[in-house]
Parts: sequence; structure tokens; C-alpha cells
Amino acid sequence: MDKTHLVDRSRREFLKVSAAAGGGLLISLYLPGCERAEKAAAPGAPIVFEPNAFVRIGTDNTVTVIAKHLEMGQGTYTGLATLVAEELDAAWPQVQVEGAPADAGRYSNLFWGPVQGTGGSTAMGNSFEQMRNAGALARQMLVNAAAGKWEVPADAITVRDGIVRHDASKREAGFGELVELAAQQPVPETVFVKEPDEFRLIGTHVPRKDGKEKTNGTAIFTQDVKLPGLLTAVVAHPPRFGATVKSFDAARAGKVKGVVDVVAIPTGVAVLDKDFWSAKQGRDALSVEWDEAKAFKLGSEEIMGEYKRLAAKPGAVARKDGDAEQALVKAARTVEAAYEFPYLAHAAMEPMNCVVKLDAGGCEIWNGEQFQTPDQAAVAAAVGLKPEQVKINMLYAGGSFGRRANPQSDYVLEAASIAKAIQGKAPVKLVWTREDDMRAGYYRPLYYHRLKAGLDQAGNPVAWQHRVVGQSILRGTAFEQAMVKQGVDETSVEGASNMPYAIPNLTVDLHSPEMGVPVQWWRSVGSTHTAFVVETFIDELAAAAGKDPVAFRRALLKDHPRHRGVMELAAEKAGWGKPLSEGRGRGIAVHESFNTYVAQVAEVSVHQDRSFSVDRVVIAVDCGVAVNPDIIRAQMEGGMGFGLSAALTSAITLKDGRVEQSNFHDYTVLRLDQMPSVVEVHIVSSAEPPTGVGEPGVPPIAPAVANALYAATGQRFYQLPLQLKT
Amino acid sequence: MIQLKINGTTHELDVDPNMPLLWAIRDVVGLTGTKYGCGLSLCGACTVHIDGQAERSCVTPVSAAQGKAITTIEGLDSKVARAVQSAWEKLDVVQCGYCQSGQIMSAVSMLARNPRPTDDDINTAMSGNICRCATYVRIRAAIKDAARALA
Repeated sequence: MDKTHLVDRSRREFLKVSAAAGGGLLISLYLPGCERAEKAAAPGAPIVFEPNAFVRIGTDNTVTVIAKHLEMGQGTYTGLATLVAEELDAAWPQVQVEGAPADAGRYSNLFWGPVQGTGGSTAMGNSFEQMRNAGALARQMLVNAAAGKWEVPADAITVRDGIVRHDASKREAGFGELVELAAQQPVPETVFVKEPDEFRLIGTHVPRKDGKEKTNGTAIFTQDVKLPGLLTAVVAHPPRFGATVKSFDAARAGKVKGVVDVVAIPTGVAVLDKDFWSAKQGRDALSVEWDEAKAFKLGSEEIMGEYKRLAAKPGAVARKDGDAEQALVKAARTVEAAYEFPYLAHAAMEPMNCVVKLDAGGCEIWNGEQFQTPDQAAVAAAVGLKPEQVKINMLYAGGSFGRRANPQSDYVLEAASIAKAIQGKAPVKLVWTREDDMRAGYYRPLYYHRLKAGLDQAGNPVAWQHRVVGQSILRGTAFEQAMVKQGVDETSVEGASNMPYAIPNLTVDLHSPEMGVPVQWWRSVGSTHTAFVVETFIDELAAAAGKDPVAFRRALLKDHPRHRGVMELAAEKAGWGKPLSEGRGRGIAVHESFNTYVAQVAEVSVHQDRSFSVDRVVIAVDCGVAVNPDIIRAQMEGGMGFGLSAALTSAITLKDGRVEQSNFHDYTVLRLDQMPSVVEVHIVSSAEPPTGVGEPGVPPIAPAVANALYAATGQRFYQLPLQLKT
Repeated sequence: MIQLKINGTTHELDVDPNMPLLWAIRDVVGLTGTKYGCGLSLCGACTVHIDGQAERSCVTPVSAAQGKAITTIEGLDSKVARAVQSAWEKLDVVQCGYCQSGQIMSAVSMLARNPRPTDDDINTAMSGNICRCATYVRIRAAIKDAARALA
């Protein structure tokens, strides 16, 4: 990594860089929270050194890293702590992680502007410099403290594994011994950060910071919050989207032992009890009459039919190179295909839940909080407080896959509305049942794609027309202004409008019809469907051209070395081209999402009964500097497995506006016996700035499996989940 | 009154005999390591040991667990359990972690009965436990690692 790379993505207003002799990179910096170091501690308060908003060091040698991002499994607590510990030269075991409060001033996502939240695989990318600077600053102040104490020059002091040393005088100290002095140091205006060849933790395996507590049952999720007087709320929701409560009879619910209250809220009727099970008994005993005048009553088939009609007409243009229409007329041959994708539920293992305490002092929330400041603002408006009066405690999330970053703050607002409806007389834990969670909407949208491509005499693709039809995720949200341009919601076409293959005449356009089904981003967002379409259609073109799928892609990726790099690596490691036995097949897909490049080669076996299994998946990933290689591997394995659920088995369907699925028996997801027995991950060595890995492992698996099944059977696939013809 | 013996301690609970064991453990006794995921014995997040056997506490009424030895993730203390938990940590199996108590309870129960499980044995014993993070590759590896450590 050269010096430009360290700075070029960054918040230029925060950083000025100058080369420095003697190793490291001298930066002058602004870090939020630096003023705290100069604040005099209150008398009697424990002495802590808190040089900025991200690091706190106690006299007991504990280094606490304050994480602004949600830990939902993707490993960000470990990643953020690695960056701080690296520059601080802390020993890994002395580092612990604490979730940050909601505060956009200190903890905004630097890629998003003044918004605090986690998503789009941005945690590592936006934090890489900020957290390293935070660690470097703390280190410098500890060094300055030691220099003063020992009366030696600061540049004669070294720090390693949490020990500050002056070799010449053989003096050393742990961080804890220097805390009091360090806290009195002026905050330096410049600090050194390491050059990549000086990294000791970055690029090595450090154990996950949340590994132990998630292995012994002590990790606390929202579901586990206990507060004095806490009531659990279970809500009766309408059977169709858009319906509202007309009337309800709480008599039977009230007879359930322990039921404390039954209240109407904007989204239904809430029943409160001391425990979940009794509250659910109460909820199930309620009788509610729903007003369905504005309810959504279409089924998936009608929606798909409407989309097919729309696809006959041009949509809003997302990309236009050359003249695809003309080129198709002149093409030696054309290929056409249409693709269908169902709605998908996130189905995180922890169903949505949220704890809200509302009292005279304000509002306090406990949540697997992915969207701090939008949720804070929404709750403040709903309960009549100022945002700063809403305190949010970020807990671990038992999965999210995007669901807990809801632009409408849906379940968080529901919890707040219950607390408000009972006038704050008790703290409330809203708990959705699995069925509530499955049927609450905010699905990955249903999509229809139509494509037409042309090849010249030599089999080179000369034209590509791609039309996408599906609901806009961003319309009507705070993100619309920034991310919907000329009628094109970027999240509907990403992965298609920026597809990398060199085809001179190319159009991508989009219809975003309104439907009454709530939709939302789902791990890897647009790429959940665009990658399948682009990567299976390009495979189909390769076959039409009589070319090998890897060779065909290679020729079209001349200007995309990072796509090519992962493709070649995955192909090589998978033994691309080596013959497989009868009934087996190998397929490849390569896709960039969130600036991370991933290629996957899948090997499948088709059995006598026409069932099939995915036996082996070889993954190559290029995510820039590999900060935590083992977490990158874990995210590639898990992202692939998450994508495999959608490839093999998951679908949400509607009939007459009602969601047909309710739990894991009919919304089926990948189980251990369906996980490929061999999953290999290869990480491309790179000096580029690090990019995220939470999502990019998902998109390539479905097309890789479809292409492998084609290789085994000759059947092409135009729908997910994949179904092999019998 | 229902008497439940959980992790060696007897608790007297004034609850409906039909209350699922899961909610008695979580909301009444206050042990939160055992998780709610589906309520229908479909996902395995609520797995506990009843007389050493892995059972889904979300569909086990407290009345059926009376007089039996109930072990939750908090009460694991066998040699097998220590081997499993240490393999889980060593291989950094967890991601979001929500399902992992259940995964570990299932794995410990299997290894206690079958110290040298084949891949098929692992598939059979563990396919009732869903992990949406799909940590399955590492779950398999950790079970094998624990089996080796116990051999």
C-alpha cells in the first residue's frame, strides 16, 4: 500500500499528510472526542485515559475500543479493534470492545455523511483510517507521558504488545501505569501511523472478540435484556399489508393469566405481560376486526404478470453505451431470456425485537441497532422528544442481513408506540414471533428481468439489452434524493448497470412499479438478482459462441483486472477444465459488489432422482488489504451459504395479498446437510484500501450453481430457487 | 407449582403447566443463553439437555420436564462440553452467535453418545439447528476437532 492509498479515500478535511523520515506516516488529524483528554476528571471519578471518541484506557491496562458499527456476525467488533490495537501496539488480549451510543457528531459512517449506521459493507472501509488514527493518537500520548516521566526523548521510546519501553535506561511500563499522566498530555496535532510492512496484527489471525461470550451463552442480545418491571409485548398485526385496526375485543385476552394491558397502536394491537408466552397467549386470544379498505390484495402471480406487461415497454435508462437496438438488428445471431425472482425474507435467527423505556427523563432504547441516528430521530418525533433525549444502547444483533437497518424504523417505532400507549408506566420489550417476523414484509423485492443479446459472426457479443422490473427500495425514504437519479433507483440495477463485460452496445433500463408490499435491502441488495442474471446470461452467450465460460469472460474483462484476478484464481484453484465424472458439473460466476470482487466455482452432482447437491465451492476474493483474513474467510463461507438458501430453497409468495409462508417449515433455508462439504477461500494479496466482506460473498453462488447444473445437464435456469426438470 | 431442576438447582415456578420450558428458563428463571428462534421445533436455537438428551425446549411443556435434569448452555460442565466449546472458540465458529447455544447443545449431546461421528452422523445430528450466518463449515470442523481432542 503506498501513501496515496492511505489517504486518497479519506476525509480530506480531517487529514493532511506529509511524508516522514524514520518509518510511519505523519498525519495531522481531527478526531472527534479529542477534547475529552483535556477535560479535568471529576473528583473521585476513576482515572481513565480517553484521548478520543474511540479509545479508553483504564489503570487496569484494559483498552476499550468504542465501536460505532453494529456487530451482527460480520466481525466488525474484531475488525475495528484490530485497527486500534495495531496502531496502539496493544496486546490483543487487553483489548475489549463496547458499542458506541447514537451520536452522529462522533460516530457517523464517514461514507454516508452525518448519519450513524451500518450497511453496504462499509464498516471497514470507512473506519480504516479513522480507527488507526485513534489508536496512533492514544499511543503517542502514552509515549509522551512516559517521556516526561522518565525524562527521556519521546522518539527513544518504543511500544510493543502493550508495554511502553525505553531500552537505554531499561525502563518499561504498562499502559495502565501511564494513564493518569497521558490524560494530562496535550493532544498532538500530528501523529505517525504505520506503513504496511510494520503491521503486526493487520493481516494475521486474531481471535474474534465476541467468540467466547457467544460460545458460553453470556452474549446479550435484545431478546435477553432484563429491566425492573419490564413487560413483554406481542402484537396482533393485520393479515394483509395496508390494513388497519377497525375494532378489537380484549375481553378474552384480558382473561389470560398475567396480562397487564391491551393497547391499540398504529400497526395493530399490543398485548403486554410479564413473560413472552403469556403475552402471546393473550395476543392469540384477541379478536380484532381489520379495516381492509386500503389493504394490498394481489398475489405473486398477478404481480409477476403485471411486471411482464411492463417489461414490453422501455423503462428509465440506467446505462446506455452505443446503440444496442441497431446492433441487435445487425447481429449474426441473438439470444433472449427472461428471469423471475421471488420476494425473500431476511429471517434472521433473532426475530425483530426492541426494548424501549419511556419516562420523564426521556427515552432509552436497547436494540441490535443498525441505524442509530435515523432510528433516534424517528423515535424522538414519535414520542415528542428531541433526538438527543433518545438514548440508544447498541447490543449484538442475532443476524440482520439488512433487516435491522429499516428506513422506516418499523419495528423500533412499533416498540416506541407501545411504550407511549401505556404512558411509559413500564419498560417494554417488543418481541415478534417467527411468524410475525416472516409476515411483516420489508422483503427483498420480487423482480422480473428481460434480456436480449447479439453476437457477431466470430461469437463476440456486440449488443446487450437488459430490462429490470421491480419495486424501488429507496422511493419514499430519506435515501431517495441521494440514490434515485432520473427515475433510477441504484439499488434496483446495481450489478447490472455497472456490469464489467466489454460489449460496445449496451442498455440497462428499469421500471419501478408501486406495490403495497414493503420492501427493503437484503444482504448484497441489487446484486442478489442482477448477479444471477448477468452471470448466467453471459454463460449462455459463451455457450452460444461455442467458447469456454472462463475464456469467454477473460476476453471481455480486459479493462477489469480485479474481476479477472479473482476469476483466474478461483478457476485455477478449482481445477477449471479438469474433467468431472458423469452427472457432475462445474460452473463459475464473478461479481463485484461494494467494491469487493468475488469469484466462485461451484461443483454439483445430479443424482438419479434428479435431486442435486452442491459438493464443493472454491471462492476467490479481492477486498484490498486483508485486515482480518480469517473473518474474510468466514464471511465468504457464510455469505456463500446465505446465497445458497436463495439459490436452492427460499421464497416468499403472496396469495390474495396474504403471505403464504410463516416459519422455517415453509420458508426453508439452508441446513447443515446442504452446505457443500468443501468450501475453500483464497484471498488475493492486495495493497488497495480495504473494502467490506459482509455482503459480497452472497451474489456469485446462485449463478455459479446454475452454470454448474447446466454443465452437468444442459438445462438453463431462469428462476430462483433453482428447479431441475425431471 | 412446577418444580424444575435446571443446572443442578431446583426452581419452584408458579406457571401454567403448558408453558414451554424455553420461556420458563428465559423469562421466569432468567437464564437467557437458550434462545427463541421459531417456537415450533424447526430451528434448534432453544436446544437444552433433558436427562442428557438434546431436546427443543420451545415445544416441551414445563410439566413434561418436571423431575428431570435440565441442562442449559450456562450449566454445561462436562469434558465433552469443554472440548466442544474450546473447539468452537479455537476455530472462531460464531458469527452473529444467536443460534450457537443450540448448536453447541446439539453437538455436545451427539458427541457424548457418539465420540467418533462420521460426516453422515454430523449431518443427522446437526441439521435440525439452523444457522442463518451459515457457519456450517466451521461447525463441522469444530465437532471433528472436539472429537479428536476427546479421543
